[in-house]
Amino acid sequence: MSWEVVIGLEVHTQLNTRSKIFSGASTQFGAEPNTQACAVDLGLPGVLPVLNKEALNKAVLFGLAIGAHINKQSVFARKNYFYADLPKGYQISQHDLPIVGQGELVITLSDGVKKTVGITRAHLEEDAGKSVHEDLNGKTGVDLNRAGTPLLEIVSEPDMRSSEEAVAYAKSLHSLVRYIGICDGNMQEGSFRMDANVSVRRPGEPLGTRCEIKNLNSFRFLEQAIEYEVERQIELIEQGGEVRQETRLFNVEKGETRAMRSKEDAHDYRYFPDPDLVPVVIEDDYLAAMKAKLPELPEVKRDRYIKDYGLSEYDATLVTQDMGLVTYFEACVKSTQAAPKIVANWLLGELSGALNKAGFSFEQSPVSPEALAGLLDRITDNTISGKIAKQVFEAMWAGEGRADDIIEAQGLRQVTDTGAIEAMIDEVLAQSAAQVADYKAGKDKMMGYFVGQVMKLSQGKANPQAINAILKDKLK
Amino acid sequence: MSMHNDTLKQLSDKLANKDISSVELTQHCIDRVNRYDDKLNTFITLDEEFALAQAKAADARIAKGEANAMTGLPIAQKDIFCAKGMKTTCASKMLDNFIAPYDATLITQFNNAGCVLFGKTNMDEFAMGSSNENSFYGDCQNPWDLDCVPGGSSGGSASAVAARLVPASTGTDTGGSIRQPAAFCGITGLKPTYGRVSRYGMIAFASSLDQAGPMAQTAEDAAMMMNVMAGFDPKDSTSVNRPVEDFTAKLNHPLKGLTIGLPKEYFVEALNPEIARVLHEAAKVLESLGVTLKDMSLPHTDMGIPVYYVIGPAECSSNLSRFDGVRYGYRCENPVDLDDLYCRSRGEGFGPEVKRRIMMGTYALSSGFYDAYYTKAQKVRRMMKQDFVEAFKTVDYILCPSTPSTAFREGEKCDDPISMYLADVFTVAANMAGLPALSMPAGFVKGLPVGAQLIGNYFDEAGMLNVAHQYQQATDWHTKIPEMFL
Repeated sequence: MSWEVVIGLEVHTQLNTRSKIFSGASTQFGAEPNTQACAVDLGLPGVLPVLNKEALNKAVLFGLAIGAHINKQSVFARKNYFYADLPKGYQISQHDLPIVGQGELVITLSDGVKKTVGITRAHLEEDAGKSVHEDLNGKTGVDLNRAGTPLLEIVSEPDMRSSEEAVAYAKSLHSLVRYIGICDGNMQEGSFRMDANVSVRRPGEPLGTRCEIKNLNSFRFLEQAIEYEVERQIELIEQGGEVRQETRLFNVEKGETRAMRSKEDAHDYRYFPDPDLVPVVIEDDYLAAMKAKLPELPEVKRDRYIKDYGLSEYDATLVTQDMGLVTYFEACVKSTQAAPKIVANWLLGELSGALNKAGFSFEQSPVSPEALAGLLDRITDNTISGKIAKQVFEAMWAGEGRADDIIEAQGLRQVTDTGAIEAMIDEVLAQSAAQVADYKAGKDKMMGYFVGQVMKLSQGKANPQAINAILKDKLK
Repeated sequence: MSMHNDTLKQLSDKLANKDISSVELTQHCIDRVNRYDDKLNTFITLDEEFALAQAKAADARIAKGEANAMTGLPIAQKDIFCAKGMKTTCASKMLDNFIAPYDATLITQFNNAGCVLFGKTNMDEFAMGSSNENSFYGDCQNPWDLDCVPGGSSGGSASAVAARLVPASTGTDTGGSIRQPAAFCGITGLKPTYGRVSRYGMIAFASSLDQAGPMAQTAEDAAMMMNVMAGFDPKDSTSVNRPVEDFTAKLNHPLKGLTIGLPKEYFVEALNPEIARVLHEAAKVLESLGVTLKDMSLPHTDMGIPVYYVIGPAECSSNLSRFDGVRYGYRCENPVDLDDLYCRSRGEGFGPEVKRRIMMGTYALSSGFYDAYYTKAQKVRRMMKQDFVEAFKTVDYILCPSTPSTAFREGEKCDDPISMYLADVFTVAANMAGLPALSMPAGFVKGLPVGAQLIGNYFDEAGMLNVAHQYQQATDWHTKIPEMFL
């Protein structure tokens, strides 16, 4: 009998506000310990939190992006527990009334199948500090720079049925939050942290007991942790055991999950509304203004690119995954005669390759969208072939100027004069009697050989379509 | 010199006329503290040099003609307000070593007005108590009878003003901590509308109830202080953004046409009959000033104490979690691990009443009990608030006793927390509803002062102070000074 895997994810996205969610301290990563923690972040006696409006804006933007219900009134609550890096002895979070209610995210799986994953809620909260164990002679230090950094915790429904679906969902979410500009998505720095709730059951049966795997900071670890956990649970049940509800940690080196604490040890967080903060009230005008700020979302844009630009689903998905790429693509399409499909090929091929190699983003490209458009125009009007274009691109990347200037300076203009091409073809055929005989005997592949020889003779400048047409005619 | 017999207003005039200097006045107060405070124990910290330096600066400001009505006046601050560079203890061993690195908004306001920060006054630990017997720095005495408590939690502030060690002070009021000691010590104390005065830098007890206010000899003095203290603070999300009026401007409005209600639930058997008599006399004085008296009802009054003792402790159990021995404050010796650090630092750093309330509050918020206690208490709280909303449709102010008895003897209620809690039975309702309320001296019973409480509608502090001022123009209870401190 088969097993069905059930997965839900909780994702902590760090909102990219300049200052903290309840204080004016900077949120910049990597500063000297405790230099970015003000009186409020330190939890000094008497200090009070004040909500950073930017954090609220970003949460609302996310809610709108997933078509969620935005709660007209939402409440901050205190989650009470003691830990050395939790300065106030409670975390300000949201409990009963989160800012973002029920929404959904459409994900595309590797076989192209689309799936809708429900999002239960998303709520604002403050991050804790960090306990530091290294270089302190066995003691533990506390760095409160991170304390008070705004987080949006996005909780999904248990709608995913495999690690692949979980990863696809996480990637979609990761792409979305960067897309709408609320999170830098930097997983090494902990800007996007995932907790996976995993259980297994026989198809059709009620949900099995779940385990929560905490703090996964890469898609690969997410996949590995789920795979391991599923196997562990199935093995346990098949051997007559029972899954215990618990929180587990993923050991990266061993590729295993291990128990951190059981349900019995779970904290009683004693949530209650934070009396230091007033409820957040969302007015209709505000919501309308936020809606106007929302960019066209990846899924919508993707479908539009397929329909309007004739991109393949694969290319459309790739082009729309990153806001920098989208901006570049749209600027380029706007300034060129070339088909959007050609533009997409170039962005995903040559340009992406060069950018990756140099470690640049699309925003940092030394070749502007308009300059690239100039190059693509010359392909479209048959001034140069695609192959020569790559050569021109390299020169453009190296800063040698505009496409037209490079083509002129290096004499790369394509030969489209049929008379000249015909002369070259005659020369090639005259020297290739044996190959011509083979072709006539039925070896169609020889056509490629002839084209290649003519291109070689023209130093790549002969128009391939013209060569083909004339050759076919001559070899009849 | 007899400047200690002067009110804040009189001293303000004398400073303006240059009859006295702030340095002279401040030195006079220091002398009185040095002479009398071993009897009263009203101050936890008094930095004489700091106070005199501020007085000198105030004199310079007055000389330059840049003074306002409060410049140069020494004000004692309850030791619950953080004052930069100064020990700020909340009367707890937990904060005995805590030097605040920042100023509370209220301290900044007084500094900006040019007042002299005249020491930090004794109080019940973390403002939890009604007798000032819960202080790490020892009990504080009532100047009217040194064997009696001054009330609490703002006992030091009340006692110091009553004994005229300082012309005025600040307090904080969560369930009566300004009004109850004001009543016990025979001074005027105002708890403003919740949100009127910033809570930033005031060490939190119960955030949804805490409110700072003036403790002074007269309503007029309290009005002068309110002009400094009141106002919106962007650092406090619960402070209310509305314009602040001049609280002294309305003090001489005639009372004719006003209706004052006498809630029957406050004139019950638990009330000392002598106090009831004093209150009725006070009502008659107001009637003679043109006020119409009206019998009325606040039906949920008896729920006040039970509800207060769920919400207050619940909030305090969370507010006091930050005192964990990690970043500041008391830390136990040689903790073996994190749990040990928490348990012993908190176990050794907090006094018994604070621990009792943390435990009560933790229980009330616990899973499985939350709805039965906290949720229900909040519902009842809304009903109590509704009582007042209804009442203020037909009356302008409510007059009732501040306390069920006069100051009780030290030690009398220490072993009986319930009877101690009942000392706040008449004051908690205003905190529940967030309404302004004041206590003013209205007479004496067996040599001990009695306070009359006036509860007003939201943000009507100026109107209440007018009623109190008019009452004080017609009576002299507020001018009485305990003989020992003349």
